[in-house]
Amino acid sequence: MAEVSLKVNGKVENHEVGENTLLVDFIRETVGLTGTHVGCDTSQCGACVVHVDGVSVKACTMLAMQAEGSEVTTIEGIGSSEKLHPMQEAFHENHGLQCGFCTPGMVMSAIELVSKNKSPSEAEIRDGLEGNICRCTGYHNIVKSVQAGAEKMGG
Amino acid sequence: MSEGIGASVKRKEDRKFLTGKGRYTDDINRPGQVHAHFLRSDVAHANIKSINTKAASAAAGVVAVYTGEDIDVGGPICGWVVPNRDGSATHEPPHPLLAKGKVRFVGDAVAVVIAESLQQAKSASELVEVEYEELPAVVDLETASAGAEIHEGMAENRYFDWELGDEEATDKALKSASRVVKLTVRNNRLVPNPMEPRAALAEYDDLNDSYTLYTTSQSPHLTRLVLAAFMFQIPESKIRVVAPDVGGGFGAKIYVYVEEAVCTWASKKIKRPIKWTADRTQAFLTDAHGRDHINNVQLALDSNNKIIGLRVDTLANLGGYLSAFAVAVPTYLHGTLLSGLYDIPAIYTNVKGYATTTTPVDAYRGAGRPEATYLLERVIDQAAREVGMDQAEFRRLNFIPKDAFPYQTAVALQYDTGDYEPALDKAMEMIDYKNFESRRSEASKRGKYRGIGVSSYIEACGIAPSAVAGALGGRVGGWESASVRVDPTGTITVTTGAHSHGQGHATTFAQIVTEKLGVPNSSVELVHGDSDRSPFGMGTYGSRSLAVGGVAISKALDKVIEKSKKIAAHLMEASADDVEFKEGKFTVSGTDKETAFGEVALAAYVPHNYPLETLEPGLEETAFYDPMNFTYPAGTHIAEVEVDPTTGVVEIVDWAACDDFGNLINPMIVEGQVHGGIAQGIGQALLENAHYDENGQLLTASYMDYCMPRADDLPSFKVECTNTPCTHNDLGVKGCGEAGAIASPPALINAIINALSPLGVSDMSMPATPETVWRAIQNAQARAAE
Amino acid sequence: MYSTKIVKAENSSAAVQAIGSSKEGKILAGGMTLIPTLKQRLANPDCLIDISGCGLEGVEDKGSSVRIGAMTKHAAVAESSLVAKAIPALADLAGGIGDRQVRNRGTLGGSVANNDPAACYPSAVMALDGTVHTNKRDISADDFFKGMFETALEEDEVIEAVSFKKPEKACYMKFPNPASRYAMVGVFVAKFSDGVRVAVTGAGEEGVFRHSDLESALSSNFSEEAVSGVEVSSDGLMSDIHASADYRANLIGEMTKRAVSS
Repeated sequence: MAEVSLKVNGKVENHEVGENTLLVDFIRETVGLTGTHVGCDTSQCGACVVHVDGVSVKACTMLAMQAEGSEVTTIEGIGSSEKLHPMQEAFHENHGLQCGFCTPGMVMSAIELVSKNKSPSEAEIRDGLEGNICRCTGYHNIVKSVQAGAEKMGG
Repeated sequence: MSEGIGASVKRKEDRKFLTGKGRYTDDINRPGQVHAHFLRSDVAHANIKSINTKAASAAAGVVAVYTGEDIDVGGPICGWVVPNRDGSATHEPPHPLLAKGKVRFVGDAVAVVIAESLQQAKSASELVEVEYEELPAVVDLETASAGAEIHEGMAENRYFDWELGDEEATDKALKSASRVVKLTVRNNRLVPNPMEPRAALAEYDDLNDSYTLYTTSQSPHLTRLVLAAFMFQIPESKIRVVAPDVGGGFGAKIYVYVEEAVCTWASKKIKRPIKWTADRTQAFLTDAHGRDHINNVQLALDSNNKIIGLRVDTLANLGGYLSAFAVAVPTYLHGTLLSGLYDIPAIYTNVKGYATTTTPVDAYRGAGRPEATYLLERVIDQAAREVGMDQAEFRRLNFIPKDAFPYQTAVALQYDTGDYEPALDKAMEMIDYKNFESRRSEASKRGKYRGIGVSSYIEACGIAPSAVAGALGGRVGGWESASVRVDPTGTITVTTGAHSHGQGHATTFAQIVTEKLGVPNSSVELVHGDSDRSPFGMGTYGSRSLAVGGVAISKALDKVIEKSKKIAAHLMEASADDVEFKEGKFTVSGTDKETAFGEVALAAYVPHNYPLETLEPGLEETAFYDPMNFTYPAGTHIAEVEVDPTTGVVEIVDWAACDDFGNLINPMIVEGQVHGGIAQGIGQALLENAHYDENGQLLTASYMDYCMPRADDLPSFKVECTNTPCTHNDLGVKGCGEAGAIASPPALINAIINALSPLGVSDMSMPATPETVWRAIQNAQARAAE
Repeated sequence: MYSTKIVKAENSSAAVQAIGSSKEGKILAGGMTLIPTLKQRLANPDCLIDISGCGLEGVEDKGSSVRIGAMTKHAAVAESSLVAKAIPALADLAGGIGDRQVRNRGTLGGSVANNDPAACYPSAVMALDGTVHTNKRDISADDFFKGMFETALEEDEVIEAVSFKKPEKACYMKFPNPASRYAMVGVFVAKFSDGVRVAVTGAGEEGVFRHSDLESALSSNFSEEAVSGVEVSSDGLMSDIHASADYRANLIGEMTKRAVSS
């Protein structure tokens, strides 16, 4: 066991956990934020994408101890039911989600994508979402959502 | 009305999912919960000589270890059987909850280890010693009948041998034909891969001797029925099944799987809640797979290029056990669809379903109908090529004419309505079909082969008319139930047995209420997925939620309106016959009297001025709806591709879909369903394949090897609709969930063949991976050089 | 994942020491391969030595070469203006590894030390006549890669940086495995004043390799035609469910042509 201290959505989380605890398990089980999902074992589906110190990572392929001292942002930390983040709003307005399981990771990826490229083309969005798999939407409306989200974010 | 039927209302369910507040099974934890891990067979076919669980039982944190010998209840059942050609019945071998004496596929559950933590359960499972006596694996479908016996006493590994249609008439047509077009196609095996892996959390309540099971199910009521009536043999009231938010299903989450049943069973043994969540590898190994047919097709044409007969001989790989609806997929959902949207006077089909030592195969988005459409649209395309007709015009020539409805096919179904040419015309216009040849020559200047492919499809949705299902071997009913409860304040609670796992029912179903009662969308609450809160249902599959479940809601709403009119009549001192209800208001014809729906609702619960002697207070109605027929969505998809001959890479450059789904409740959601379906069809045609080696090992058991469509594999889609409303349901709706997956594979494969036909390529298998395409080009060039 | 201990090393000698005092310790760099391996219980190290705090990140212009710290993330290489100017092909390669999340965590040193036969970086090290700098010595690319997942690294050795020679011209062309997005074939072509180096990844049964026929053809005539004149043999190439050796041989030729003409 080891003491891990990091911030999740601005709140200090100081917990004693097994040294082999994955960041995603720390977020889901220890902190209790279940918006970050696990959809595969090989670091490909992207359902677990969160931001660590501002960059997107797959929380299933990082140990909690590797995030020691970091600022972690999850889907619960970017907006609220009352005031959605512009990217969340764009996904709602463009029907960018169906079952919702890949959505948190998709939104977190999209936000980082737009933070690096303020007005991405369709091809750049498709390329930029390479690390996120959605089985429901065929991506058509996700691409539209990210385009709209980029505009809303001031691209 | 902006929130009623036909409006693209934004989804009510989005907010929770977008903010991470969705509540999926694995998100739920219960006090005292322990974790289950299943030890699975790593060999495809073997006798179990012994299992030693002693060390595992003594390992740290272990609460219990069970094997097949410990389990005293039955396993999954077969929900559908068909008669064999010789009159005997489908062979239904037992499927124990944990393997007994034998394992029949890699992933077959051999033991369960339950421990305080998942890691402890996994570690302990490594201590379970299983001694196998290996038997030859049976993998290849074509030689399965000659393989090692998989189920005791089941000859030639054949579950069933079924036929439909008129063999004599069909063979006569084939003999008299001026041309017989022959084709053999393989429908590749797919793994459904909803993004949320299956999970279960089972809890036993000692006080009431009852169970609660949270599970990732498309049909919680079926799960309750199977667990209670067939496995545990206890009253259904003793099991509550909750399917909370479910992250996609696509068929894979219809059935009752051994894991959820074992957890439920064991929760009583150990008196603690038990949680199990599949990782992706387990999902690949144990979620029911889809497709896996080989079809031998013969199409008879007369001298005018009219189709006069069709014979299809199908082999279906059903895997190591017979899954719940495995038998229905290649028969009832496949054989009956072989007429497509064509006027074919004689059709005969024989389907043989085989066991192999692979994961069980069952319904996956489209289920049988994609296989039927694929073989038909491929052979139609080949026929057009052989007779030198344009692919679209050949189809048009053979479409069932619009004045021929209702149309009785040669394979049992009667299409109530349809009009196929407008969808074909529209799709051709959307993709600028007439100028294709100039695009082809422009591409060839860039060294690319460009092709265009058409697929016109029909599907039978709204599963199922119980009478038809029963006649064809179904053991369950096909109805759906709904209750509409009007609260005293005029808000509405709708309960349905349909389950939403991406389809947006909370929005669509509310639109029906808004349309009928004139209340705002926000006043409608949908309850689904909890067998205690919505008492009956059949679940969501076969594009049935709206066409059956939605119509049940509509019928319950009609009952509410009928009763409301009586209350309104009393309030307005008029005769109920004179009361009209429109846009939320009751009026009396010929007078200026009116009363609002809300006032009627209040009166129903505060019956101070109320006809209590003739009418019960309250305003809550239930309806069950069992359709008289299927619904028949149909349409045309056209794909345009460019092939790079140096690598074989296929790029989809355009896609036009024009579908006739009847009336649309929410066009935005319909479009989304079409997009998703097309993407899965493209996945089948280009990317996805469950690949077993000769030892029965699944080589594509992770996303490293099984190619899921990603954003950069796909184009944007042009989607439009035509509308011939369904004639036999109140809403005129047909269903849209599976259309894309049904229509798209042949459109794409036909487009690739069209692109490469100048090289002499006339066949292409799925998935058309770069190497498959490259090799077809190489072979064609080698042939040309000879 | 089996239970394990984590040691955070402050410099590479501390990391080496930690490995020495463990039974089966493993260096944890970005973890993009190691963590999935551990999750699937395919390895059971008693100790993971996290070298993220060893100060091994950064890109330096060394005149005729570029030196990149072992813990430099793929994203940092992809976005480095220094790399983009000195060896744009290297920035492109880094920008095409895995997906964005992998590039945000995965490191040069981790990729090179693992020597996955389908990884991109080894081809750049090979084609750009790279040198692997460890805590003990400098190892030339040609001596470093020893076949699939095998390198010249010894137990007590940690990669600190890799140097890449600046070419006159270079290009990396990757044909990704459609499922994993690793290279099914990746060809790195680098033209130097004294000749052309061609390194192939994703295809060889022994991992990354230099293609001598293509090198000599391109050294005398740096053109697509020269590539067409080379019969790429399928001998020694991998055959698996994704691609046969024949097809990989075809792709080597095609990717080389594209690299040359880009």
